[in-house]
Amino acid sequence: MRNAWTIARREYHRFFTSPIAYVVAFVMLLTLGIMFAITIIYYRQNALGGGYGAPPAPDMGGITGTFAFLMILMLPAITMRLVADENRMGTMELLLTAPVRDWELIVGKWLGGLLYMLTLIAATLVYAFILNALETPGIDQQQLMTSYLGLILVTASLLALGVGVSAMFTNQIAAFFVTLGVFVFLWWLVGFPANYVSAGSDLFSYLDMKTHFYDTMNQGVINLSDLAYFLSLTALGLFSGSTAVEVRRWG
Amino acid sequence: MIRVQGLTKDYGARRAVSSINFEAKQGEIVGFLGPNGAGKTTTMRILTGYMPPTEGSAQVAGFDVVEESLEVRKRVGYMPETVPLYTDMTAIEYLTFMADLRQLPESQDRAYETLEMVGMDSRADSYISSLSKGMRQRMGLAQALIHHPEVLILDEPTIGLDPAQVVEVRNLIREMGKQRTVLLSTHILSEAQQICDRVLIINKGRIIAEDTPQNLQARLVGSERASVRVRGDGDGLGKLVQKVKGVRSVHAQGDGALEFQFAPGQDVRPEVAKAIVGGGYELLELRPVGMSLEEIFLELTRDDSHSPRKER
Repeated sequence: MRNAWTIARREYHRFFTSPIAYVVAFVMLLTLGIMFAITIIYYRQNALGGGYGAPPAPDMGGITGTFAFLMILMLPAITMRLVADENRMGTMELLLTAPVRDWELIVGKWLGGLLYMLTLIAATLVYAFILNALETPGIDQQQLMTSYLGLILVTASLLALGVGVSAMFTNQIAAFFVTLGVFVFLWWLVGFPANYVSAGSDLFSYLDMKTHFYDTMNQGVINLSDLAYFLSLTALGLFSGSTAVEVRRWG
Repeated sequence: MIRVQGLTKDYGARRAVSSINFEAKQGEIVGFLGPNGAGKTTTMRILTGYMPPTEGSAQVAGFDVVEESLEVRKRVGYMPETVPLYTDMTAIEYLTFMADLRQLPESQDRAYETLEMVGMDSRADSYISSLSKGMRQRMGLAQALIHHPEVLILDEPTIGLDPAQVVEVRNLIREMGKQRTVLLSTHILSEAQQICDRVLIINKGRIIAEDTPQNLQARLVGSERASVRVRGDGDGLGKLVQKVKGVRSVHAQGDGALEFQFAPGQDVRPEVAKAIVGGGYELLELRPVGMSLEEIFLELTRDDSHSPRKER
């Protein structure tokens, strides 16, 4: 586990020298900032009179929800390089002949990405402070906690899947598009059949990633089945990654 | 210590390494000599725990490379052929990272120590992307040495270095080889001759010869050769040398020197010298004529490359 931590630390530092990581951070935080400003302005304009028909006071669900949505598009750019680049540069040979287990390598890469994304997530907490100051009784603390827990779980599982895909490729661009495909499939496509077919509709709607976040944790509710969903997805991603590394050894 | 038994590696239908056996003891520098694509790198990758063999087994530092891969990797220093480096790190950051991966205590001190060992301490804070080929090569060596491994496996350690650096690296390897087991690959024959205690000649995945550089020469030629030169035209010298006990044959060389052959291990040069001086000649030169490793190598690989052609 110490090896995983060593690798995670290195990856984390590496993000701060990577232009792509800055672009991702810039786009995500800028979008969230604009969205937050619009939300506040809209609320001020429409709710000043108060009373019946006024919109509900904004909560942090808007921020965390948008963050999750943006990750579907941006996270492949964060994960694509993680393992594929080692394969391309030949540094994989170095890591695989060091006393590091295959899963430690993959967990380290994943953890490095997670630390980076947690940094971005932490940056959005500034909006929670602003909202809390603006609203008279303060914001719903429980909803704040669960929406961030949910966001972290979404991040963890998306990153694990991305690292898993990255481990299968030598080319970052290929890893990017396949990862994007997987994310789009889990976020939008897999839920579709549930609306049209009766057979297995439960399965399709269970696989739909966004419902596990938007419908529950982002609104202040914690379900065991949602936790199980995200944790199994994370495990699946990390397991595929380790397997891909092992397969490469047999080359 | 390295022990390899019946090691075979297939890449799909292609057999890269075919049932090779060899051993390397502590304090021994063994050279892997062969043309490109002979299976040197594949064998080394198996020994370093990078990939498992298709068949056969190998023990490195007393541990099985498949069953106890992690134990092997802890005790082996490996420098791959194209030295893989993180170009976005400084020299010291890179070595500290490698030391951390090996869980060495005081990793940064260790990194500085190792940089000094390979003569790179003045560039500790340079980014690896700004280092020259020779410096990168030394960085590769440094990461292989950082944990003072029992076994060093070096794939083409001097490739791409300038002559002065080659000498430096060779000295470093010889120094290392005193207490460790060193396996290095090269296709530069003179290099193998200079630094290796023993040479394994590998071609098409098979070891086709294994011995000390000196013995390889003797074995292949069947007899040892030496050449003498005397002042003047040396009339009758041939007959005189021929009479010395142990001399098998005598050939006059075009340039006035005389070459004679004798059985390996029975050095008759002192007797020849006495006879020449006793015969009233003025001896200018008496030197051994070795078959160079180049010649041996060509000889061995030529034989080998003929047979498959016949099969077709």
